Amino acid sequence: MKITTALDSTSLTTRYPKTALATTLFFMLALPFLLYVVLLLMLPFNQPETLDAVAKRFGWDLGHSPFRDTWYGVILLVEATIVSLYTAVFAGVTTWVERRIAGRMQSRIGPNRPGVFGFMSWVADAVKMLFKEDLIPAEADHLLFRAAPYFSMVGLTLPFVVLPFGESVIVADLNVGVFYVTATSAFVVVGILVSGWASNSKWALFGAVRGAAQVVSYEIPAGIAIMVPVLMAGTLSMQGIIRAQGGWPWQWFACQNPAAFVAFFIAVTASLAEGNRTPFDLPEAESELVAGYHAEYSGFRIALFLMVEWANMWIMGALAVTLFLGGWQIPGVSVETINQTRGPDVLPSLTWFCWEFVSLVVFAVKTWALVILFIWLRWTLPRVRVDQMMSLCWKYLVPGAFACFIFTLFWVMVPASVHLVSGVVISLGAALLLVKFALRTRKNIAQVKGARVDLSNW
Amino acid sequence: MPETVRNYFGAITDVVQTFWQGLSVTLSHMLRRPITIQYPDRTEKRVADMLPARYRGFLEVDMAVCTGCLACARACPIDVIKIAVDKDPANPKQRVITQFDIDESKCMFCGLCVEQCPTSAIAHTREFESTVRAVENLVFRWVPDAAKPAPFYRPVKGQDAPRAPVGSIMRVYLGSQVWAAPAPAWAVPAPGKDKG
Repeated sequence: MKITTALDSTSLTTRYPKTALATTLFFMLALPFLLYVVLLLMLPFNQPETLDAVAKRFGWDLGHSPFRDTWYGVILLVEATIVSLYTAVFAGVTTWVERRIAGRMQSRIGPNRPGVFGFMSWVADAVKMLFKEDLIPAEADHLLFRAAPYFSMVGLTLPFVVLPFGESVIVADLNVGVFYVTATSAFVVVGILVSGWASNSKWALFGAVRGAAQVVSYEIPAGIAIMVPVLMAGTLSMQGIIRAQGGWPWQWFACQNPAAFVAFFIAVTASLAEGNRTPFDLPEAESELVAGYHAEYSGFRIALFLMVEWANMWIMGALAVTLFLGGWQIPGVSVETINQTRGPDVLPSLTWFCWEFVSLVVFAVKTWALVILFIWLRWTLPRVRVDQMMSLCWKYLVPGAFACFIFTLFWVMVPASVHLVSGVVISLGAALLLVKFALRTRKNIAQVKGARVDLSNW
Repeated sequence: MPETVRNYFGAITDVVQTFWQGLSVTLSHMLRRPITIQYPDRTEKRVADMLPARYRGFLEVDMAVCTGCLACARACPIDVIKIAVDKDPANPKQRVITQFDIDESKCMFCGLCVEQCPTSAIAHTREFESTVRAVENLVFRWVPDAAKPAPFYRPVKGQDAPRAPVGSIMRVYLGSQVWAAPAPAWAVPAPGKDKG
């Protein structure tokens, strides 16, 4: 006798488990993998000379074609679309990761019904946002209201041009890469200010003005802390800074210089503040301002603002990884080794592509670790007050960043062996701290009667 | 002067220490089992089976031991029990019950009917889940077909009535219930009418 309840509205996931698993696996694994493979195949060859050479290898004389510039434009447009797709997919997946982690930290489960492990919840949310009503307040400034999300989107997508995904996988290795990122990511605050003003709402305006004050103040310690690895590498180019580091932790800039270790934390804190993440999410301040500067937005427009916030975390993480944590450097494999596998042909060998893919994975893993740290911080810390935020910036971070900067000015004159010793000492110290942290966590669990590490109840 | 310096560096130490402790606490929570109970499909046992034994859920009638005394229908303060009795056409000495409806959508689960029953034919089960599209389908019909009525049970002196285990009949009944079934063709009679 089959015992069933009278409830008949079982979810799609329960009724069609194989389809749910297939869809989830596609979005979770196949889609990012495809995006990475396309990036890997396109980005190392997006300079005009390399494009001409590769096209000639396949029998197409692109260099002397009359529509050469149009073709270059088309290829760049395709690359831009793929990178924007990557931003969007990343923003979506981060919402799922954040909601699951937040759930378990609050002793509950995050979304776990749409798709396997609730992974399709971000797809469902994206579709839902598209279907929502598009409201513009009657007294709002219509043109500015509509334009504001796109300012923020510009501030989000432009830094992706110089993000070094892999050893040769970068859209454009500008020799002022770091400066470019700091400059273009400031566009997001233009979007915030415009949206706050155009909403014709007190809460939106407060949120926007707080946001502007926050971002502008934290640019200073961020910029100075970023100068520390620039000094150590001698170049502003992102790939140059990574090439000056190595794969092992004692070869990272964060460990090679005690001031860089401190500057890493200053840079991460300032990045959190620029990205409006808790504990610095005053512009949104969900419990006070009901979403602050994007309170009056609905439907696709607010989806864009939220996407900017989440994908900004990738930029924050990627910047910190590039400058302080060794970027895509594979531990134990030097850049010369990878270059030697390239081969004489204009099309590199398969080994070279495999090494590039490994460097892509290394970069992604490190950035994801930082993103998870940001999520973890969000659900641990309460929000700071406006005056606390300002005093933290001007009284603590700015002098701290200057102190690190001046220390580094002298540190770069010291011989390289001292750098290595410092690298080993600091990475050992960091490893010890991690072990101590794990023990502390275990003690926290043991102190509660009957509690143990238990990853069940998904 | 040293006071301000001590405060300044003390503040920095405080921040580092509280971050350390706070992150450790949240990580320890993340590694533990959430306290959420994923009702209704991911509980270890059916929730109905986790309730106390005397839980007053839906009423179940074992027609095999119903004596047709109508005590339950008289006891009900809101008249949700509708019973119709008749003489068995084949055997005039035997009386039968042709209709035994309990309107669970109106029942207040007070238990007065259960107290009056001489054989415990009517009893509370621990079932509480029944969602149907048409509220008329929440009238549980314990004699589903008037053409096959249930005969009155004659109690045997000195013996308890052989009632089926409480809940067994209800589980079959609920299992055959269809959520989206259309409303029945007959109208539920108004309360307070003649019960005989």
